[in-house]
Amino acid sequence: MNQNSQIRKTVLYTVITILALAMIYPILWMVSSSFKNSQDVFTTAYSLLPASWNLSNYSDGWKGFAGISFGTFFQNSFIVVIFSTIGSVLSSTVIAYGFARVRFVGKNFWFVCMMMTLMLPGEIVLIPQYIMFNKFGWINTYYPLILPTFFGTPFFVFLIMQFIRSIPKALDEAATIDGCNKITIFGRIIVPLIVPAMMTSAIFSFYWRWEDFIGPLIYLTNPKLYTVSLAIKMFADPNNVTNWGALFAMSTLSLLPVFILFFAFQRYIVEGISTSGLKG
Amino acid sequence: MLGKKKKVGSRTDNLTGYLFISPFIIGFLILTLFPMISTLYLSFTDYSMLGNPGWIGLANYQQMLTADDKYWHSVSVTFYYVCASVPVRLLSALIIAILLNQILGLAGLFRSVLYLPSVIGGSVAVSVMWKQLFGSTGAINSILTHLGIPAISWFGHPAAALWTLILLAGWQFGSPMLIFLSGLKNIPQEFYEAASVDGANAVQKFLKITLPLLTPIILFNLVMQIIQAFLAFTPSYIISNGVGGPLDGTLLYVLYMFRNAFEFFRMGYASAMAWMMLLLIGLFTALVFKSSSYWVHYETEGE
Repeated sequence: MNQNSQIRKTVLYTVITILALAMIYPILWMVSSSFKNSQDVFTTAYSLLPASWNLSNYSDGWKGFAGISFGTFFQNSFIVVIFSTIGSVLSSTVIAYGFARVRFVGKNFWFVCMMMTLMLPGEIVLIPQYIMFNKFGWINTYYPLILPTFFGTPFFVFLIMQFIRSIPKALDEAATIDGCNKITIFGRIIVPLIVPAMMTSAIFSFYWRWEDFIGPLIYLTNPKLYTVSLAIKMFADPNNVTNWGALFAMSTLSLLPVFILFFAFQRYIVEGISTSGLKG
Repeated sequence: MLGKKKKVGSRTDNLTGYLFISPFIIGFLILTLFPMISTLYLSFTDYSMLGNPGWIGLANYQQMLTADDKYWHSVSVTFYYVCASVPVRLLSALIIAILLNQILGLAGLFRSVLYLPSVIGGSVAVSVMWKQLFGSTGAINSILTHLGIPAISWFGHPAAALWTLILLAGWQFGSPMLIFLSGLKNIPQEFYEAASVDGANAVQKFLKITLPLLTPIILFNLVMQIIQAFLAFTPSYIISNGVGGPLDGTLLYVLYMFRNAFEFFRMGYASAMAWMMLLLIGLFTALVFKSSSYWVHYETEGE
């Protein structure tokens, strides 16, 4: 019996290890190709170990295109991502508190509207939003990418609401007796307790915004304003790519902030998905 | 005293309530409701960003449904993509969640590594990488040749190109995997112990305990993944250089809608496509929910 379970355990770990290696193979391949000499990338395609570790792909790639370096693209991405994440988390927290703890006429109606927005594919409002922002003269600005986040993200509202609901109402009641109103309860009691849910939202927001492609694609036409994802797309244009190593280097670099965030805060991500059960 | 306290805590407070949810209400009206109504209006016009929209009645819908072969082609490509990628993704998620649920040591590490593709999978960089991975001299063909299998021209054939997209979607099984995993952890261990006492083997336990108790989670994952798959855009755009080739083999619905709107500036026609997409997704989801009464097992309360 004991020997049996030992065999079973070994088989189980072997199968999982093989699966895990197969699943990260494409990622490792991209990273290793970013260090290979450009002409070796496809002649030694199967190999994960470069013949020599070559950093020149990174310095070549960093130069970017049209005289604009990847430094600019990274800076642009960070501006968009940081402001939209702040907007999204702050507004969602405020809205979540309203739904979770304040009683008011019409709450159910607005809650249903919010859940419908959560289910509604963003693609359906893409065209009229584009026309609207175009009329405002916001093409080639970051407003269309940042401002909408200040009106709450339904997924985060839902996630933070679930979290607020787990806080005992007795705390609110005690604070009320001590003279707090809804607004001071929110600021002094609820917000400090829901920091983990806000963190989870911020992490999701960061990597959704960082990887956002269709938004920058339709709103940004000036290369100086490109975000990293749009820059990678232009960089990979099949008509002018010759330096494959540099393309892999910039692709790897563009994922680096996401990797760092993932390994630093994976607990929040895993809990966010497991408890709210939504997309990742 | 107690009664009074409760009354204070749960008083109706319209002003504060609306103050807190006002960002949502403003956003909902300006960024969701108004755009939805205007897409509906635009779908009955020939709007092209130049001049004013001219009312053409049902002509866009008529053309879409009866005269645009490319439209139907993109619908069938999308259906094929959804019907292949969702099962691939959910089966991988379920199998791997079951395996992960049985190990203790290093479980966290394996879970992270297996979730990683989903974190980065939607990015342009991964689509770019995927295209090279399956390129004529890419790693996949290189491995195939080493195994003695002839290399495949993945992007030279419409079906093969679509399968690279399906595999890319299947590779990102992370979030359904995590949801299955938390579902598996919620199944009481006593059920399995009782089954063992009754002499059940592993397969019987899986079919009689695990699978029925997971069906509500399977339904949830199925609906979420179908919606997501319908909306796929970035991979098909990047892998086909924005055109949906070869021979429109990867022309997914959203890509065709995007091209109509932002390349051909047929805003009216693309708006009609957007509403049609909403109807298609709604119909598909409704069918899945309708079927669920036959296969989803709900625990009866209070037993």
